[in-house]
Amino acid sequence: MSAPLVQMKNVSIAFGGVRAVDNVSIDLHAGEVVGLLGHNGAGKSTLIKMLSGAYKMDSGEIWIEGNKATINSPRDSRDYNIETIYQTLALADNLDAASNLFLGRELTTPMGFVDDSRMEAETRKIMARLNPNFKKLKEPVSALSGGQRQSVAIARAVYFNAKILIMDEPTAALGVHETAMVAELIGELKKQGLGIFLISHDTREMMELCDRVSVMKNGQMVGTERVEDVTEDDILSMIILGKNPKEAA
Amino acid sequence: MSDASKPATPQRRSLLQSLEVDTRLLGMIGAFLLVCIVFNLLTDGRFLTPRNLFNLTIQTVSVAIMATGMIFVIVTRHIDLSVGALLATCTAVMAMTQTSWLPNMLGLELGHPMIPWISIAIGLVTGAVIGAGQGWLIGYQGIPAFIVTLGGLLIWRNVGWYLTDGATIGPLDKTYILFGGINGTLGATLSWIVGGVALVAALYALFSARRTKISHGFSVKPVWAEALVMGVVGTAIMGFVAILNAYTVPSRVIARNPSLYGCETAEGCVASYGIPYSVLLLIAVAIVMTVIARRTRLGRYIFATGGNPDAAELSGINTRLLTVKIFAMVGVLCALAGVVASARLGYHTNDIGVLDELRVIAAAVIGGTALAGGVGTIYGAIIGALIMQSLQSGMAMVGVDAPYQNIVVGAVLVLAVWIDIQYRKRTGAK
Repeated sequence: MSAPLVQMKNVSIAFGGVRAVDNVSIDLHAGEVVGLLGHNGAGKSTLIKMLSGAYKMDSGEIWIEGNKATINSPRDSRDYNIETIYQTLALADNLDAASNLFLGRELTTPMGFVDDSRMEAETRKIMARLNPNFKKLKEPVSALSGGQRQSVAIARAVYFNAKILIMDEPTAALGVHETAMVAELIGELKKQGLGIFLISHDTREMMELCDRVSVMKNGQMVGTERVEDVTEDDILSMIILGKNPKEAA
Repeated sequence: MSDASKPATPQRRSLLQSLEVDTRLLGMIGAFLLVCIVFNLLTDGRFLTPRNLFNLTIQTVSVAIMATGMIFVIVTRHIDLSVGALLATCTAVMAMTQTSWLPNMLGLELGHPMIPWISIAIGLVTGAVIGAGQGWLIGYQGIPAFIVTLGGLLIWRNVGWYLTDGATIGPLDKTYILFGGINGTLGATLSWIVGGVALVAALYALFSARRTKISHGFSVKPVWAEALVMGVVGTAIMGFVAILNAYTVPSRVIARNPSLYGCETAEGCVASYGIPYSVLLLIAVAIVMTVIARRTRLGRYIFATGGNPDAAELSGINTRLLTVKIFAMVGVLCALAGVVASARLGYHTNDIGVLDELRVIAAAVIGGTALAGGVGTIYGAIIGALIMQSLQSGMAMVGVDAPYQNIVVGAVLVLAVWIDIQYRKRTGAK
């Protein structure tokens, strides 16, 4: 079997005296969705932010497709085809959808100026695929609904051919209908062979969407299980007690 | 959402929608015209004369140049209180360079043709270095811009004093003072040529924007609307040139040296001032700054950072370096504004640019820049500066006492922001 898409080996980071992530290892294969569960402050987002380049790890290694990777900034992470959809929706509210989609990677004219028309045309194309109802291309994204904003964030990942997608609570701000849309999209991206890290609080949703789930507590990894091997109750007890019932048995 | 199902028949749209003009821009121009008309009535027609409009434009230039830079600062949620003081330090450096340092140290004689250009170059570098230094303290060291530039306000005002020992420095170089306004103008013919070039460029820009839209299959406004916009823009450009050309050189000035104005004798000699170099400089600055804001990655990152600093950073934008660049730009613009301000006086004085920081911030705010960040336009800042200057010189013409003038300007500033907030609420804009 080929090397995993992502391997994070014995990763640690501390803020002041707090060990936010303590010696955690996790891996992700192509075409797989791995869910990260745990209480607030368990270290899920922190772990993932080391992969996306927002934080720099204190110790440990990251391997991408069998090669050791150096990720010191969000830009490095992007160079490894890692795209992140943040909980807080990293969109600039005052800019339109196209500007947000291409933020940091603007298309330019031969003269080096940003090419708004071409970016708008590309945005129309990708939106027609992801969310055909999306029409407000000229307006700042602050005028969009939660689902529309989310589709801008997802479009960013899809457009730049991400291999690894990190989704931090992608459905937290969405209604029922929009949540279903995101779930469908995750299935689609998985089929295309992307590896997806998914963070959520919703255990039931995770059981449906993920192939494997990893549970964290107090910065440590409690355990990783295939979803068909565990029940929702097993997962809940891992989250609450911080012990893997299967190992205890 | 539902308009996907609607047939593509052209919908009945309002006039303003068809024209696709910025309603806020219209509002600001309306406010400016209102100020002009009111003062014109109060002064029995003395306000809207070519002479007064000419003076108004050259009085606005210095503050307007700095205001275009202040836009970027405020858009990224910072503030710069040091612009007036920085201007003073830059003019002190430029004045000392041309009157003392170059002649005494390098032995360049006063009036040497290189003196003004070397002085201006040194002034621009001074502004850039000081601005970048302040930007570094803000971006990399995390000191709030308010504090850094409040410190800067005290420091640079008095560095300027120290450099000149508190003395007034001058007279400044003959070429240098051409940037001041009335001393350096294009004259009628060249002004018409510049106006014509601007007209062609503006029409070509509108035309090529339309062509690009069509090539991408985007909707374009109706042809009549496009023609109307072109007509208004063209009239505005040529009207502006016509007004500046209508201000003729007084005969007693011509009598001093008729050959300067292309006449043998002063008898029957008529000459126009035309576009001042300082106004050309402002127009150039406005174009460059607008291109930066709209058409470069730098500008895109400035607005993205203002809208959501975290998002900008996570998108791989180096927001710290961006802060340094913005404050360095403001420094350069302060030096340019300093050239205009000191050239207009003909001297460097200690109190040059005093309270300019407040005028500049007020111009930016009246021009629709949101202090919360992310929103602002270059043309807005310039119109804001023009409105401020019209109020001030209008009241001076009417004979309002200085304290009342400041009361009115202060009230207008607050009123402008209130109107802007109401406008945003109505339109649902952020």
